[in-house]
Amino acid sequence: MAKLNMVEALNLALAEEMARDPQIILLGEDVGQLGGVFRVSDGLQAQFGPKRVIDTPLAEAAIVGTSLGLAVGGFKPVAELQFMGFLYPALDQIISHISRYRNRTRGRYSVPLVIRMPYGGGIHAPEHHSESTEALLAHIPGIKVAIPATPYDAKGLLISALRDPDPVIFLEPKRIYRAIREEVPAGEFTVPLGQAQIVRPGDQVTAVAWGSMVRETLRAAEAVAEEGVSVEVIDLRTISPMDDATVVASIQKTGRGVVVHEACRTAGLGAEIIARVNEKAFLSLAAPIERVTGFDTIFPLLKLEEHYLPDAFRISRAIRKVVNF
Amino acid sequence: MLWAEYDPLANRRLAILSPEGQMDEGWRPSELDDEALLHLYDRMVALRQADLLALNLQRAGRMGTYAPTLGQEAANIGSAALLQAEDWLVPSFRETGAMLLKGVSLKLIYLYWMGCEWGSHFPEEVRVLPICAPVSTQTLHGVGLSWAAQLKGENWVTLIYLGDGGTSKGDFHEAMNFAGTFQTPTVFFIQNNQFAISVPRTRQTASATLAQKAIAYGFPGIQVDGNDLMAVYLATREAVARARAGQGPCLIEAQTYRMGPHTTADDPTRYRSEAELKTQERFDPLLRVRLYLENRGLVNPETEATREAQHLKWAQEQAREAEAAISYNPDEIFDYHFAELPPYLAEQKAYCQRFLAAKGESAHGQA
Ligand SMILES: Cc1ncc(C[n+]2csc(CCOP(=O)(O)OP(=O)(O)O)c2C)c(N)n1
Repeated sequence: MAKLNMVEALNLALAEEMARDPQIILLGEDVGQLGGVFRVSDGLQAQFGPKRVIDTPLAEAAIVGTSLGLAVGGFKPVAELQFMGFLYPALDQIISHISRYRNRTRGRYSVPLVIRMPYGGGIHAPEHHSESTEALLAHIPGIKVAIPATPYDAKGLLISALRDPDPVIFLEPKRIYRAIREEVPAGEFTVPLGQAQIVRPGDQVTAVAWGSMVRETLRAAEAVAEEGVSVEVIDLRTISPMDDATVVASIQKTGRGVVVHEACRTAGLGAEIIARVNEKAFLSLAAPIERVTGFDTIFPLLKLEEHYLPDAFRISRAIRKVVNF
Repeated sequence: MLWAEYDPLANRRLAILSPEGQMDEGWRPSELDDEALLHLYDRMVALRQADLLALNLQRAGRMGTYAPTLGQEAANIGSAALLQAEDWLVPSFRETGAMLLKGVSLKLIYLYWMGCEWGSHFPEEVRVLPICAPVSTQTLHGVGLSWAAQLKGENWVTLIYLGDGGTSKGDFHEAMNFAGTFQTPTVFFIQNNQFAISVPRTRQTASATLAQKAIAYGFPGIQVDGNDLMAVYLATREAVARARAGQGPCLIEAQTYRMGPHTTADDPTRYRSEAELKTQERFDPLLRVRLYLENRGLVNPETEATREAQHLKWAQEQAREAEAAISYNPDEIFDYHFAELPPYLAEQKAYCQRFLAAKGESAHGQA
């Protein structure tokens, strides 16, 4: 088995699935010869040809809108948006059409496609290149939204997304694109959409995170473990549909919780998770659930970026707070 | 009327100053005497030095990602030179030279790319919108600005920059359509540098030229040699004059060539050959003005060595000033969203102050 980083794992998933399923095509800006600005599609145009790995004109609404037509026309399009900051022109297509097609035609049409994009902060990128607006997407009915936090999950989740009969938005935490290397098997395996994973078992506090915040949360869990605090860390892996059963079961065990996201606080997914815990496990709670989040501000340019992003320091303070409540 | 004669549909392109530095003197407008021309050339050299320094600063870790203007000096300087103080300049992100000419200091431009919001805090009298990363979105803002002039009966003209890739976005087409419909005093200036990162111009559109797109929206377009200071200048001169006279918008496609990487994060060797780049060096926009001025005895290798050294020194000073101006104050994350800080943000600001203080006190800075 090879040790791969997330970019390599995604590349492998695409290559294997494209070899298996001739209907899969990749389209987006710079995905061809350049292999994408982060190289996720590196070598794929050489391997599968320019008819299956397609450099498009610079137009996100068109990349995503034509993907709907390509999907109805029999393809499995994998649209790459260069950064989440450039998703917004395509939101009209996602909200007004892609998410609705199956329901409004009572199943006559479906739109099986994948829209991939790097997201999140922490790499000292220019303006508009660091935001995490996954809550906007989780708010849209009719689409699934997956976010891997490890190379293994990246491959397994992407394969599931590619085989899913419905539209899946696939958010890639670019901060950890190359930061983690782990064993990723060649060949078929899937990580199911809609299933969270306990990545560190514990019994005093439940910490829920996704994307690059999983790593920070694990660091915080490590730090407070030295003080004798046992944290169960859950990687949500798919934010829509959300596996609240795993979160609720954990809270029923620990009675305390912390939710971590780098996105803005207000109407972030932390609020949704807390609401579901309140609905399903309110009486298990020994303390109010803490949120560690980005601020309700524009993501700062790089000189102030570090203060915006939740880190192990902030997360461990929140953990102590719920323990000492 | 340049527009009538240089019809993009008839495959005509305005080119005046040859790569060898030759031109028909009949083209030279009276206001562009030797001194004025030397000034524009001087600004081109300053821009080149500012760009080269930015690349070095980025490599040295003193600058974030930077989008260099290398090779696009004539398109930057020859266009912005036509604007008056009252006019508006709407950049995308490859207009360091145009912004400088319109009064934004290099210090501020560097500060922006160094990753500090104060780099977009231009002086009150400088009518330049902030650098715009989401491709083509600024074209609509520019049309709005020129529309405002029309509705208020003001005289200002708006010069909007975008790249060849930017012409593929719906925003651009909607901006063009509004400008045409309302006959706003707008000049669209496309720096066609042949690439949108790795994607060549030929892959953006099946149109033979970008200039001809204007015709569909009911106003004129012209294609010019964008590495030719004189052609860029003359086309923009007429475009600005038309707009100011209430004759509506127009579009200039400046065919230039991006000699550097897309940004400092890019590796152009993956999609273009050394040989192609070498061929382009012959068409360097700086070189031909220099040859022209040399022929007229206005510059020589000595003056040019001095000029480059002076401008490099200036750029280095601006970089130092920019570094000194970087704000590391975390309160600023919160303070500028609204005229008044709302309570929920005040709360978050206080929380931020608390955890940063605690972090400072903790022995390891972590946990
Ligand atoms: C809407 C949007 N999509 C994608 C990007 C990422 N991106 C930044 S610059 C660029 C290419 C722009 O090409 P062009 O308009 O020709 O201008 P140039 O960079 O060549 O000056 C791309 C794809 C972006 N900034 N905005």
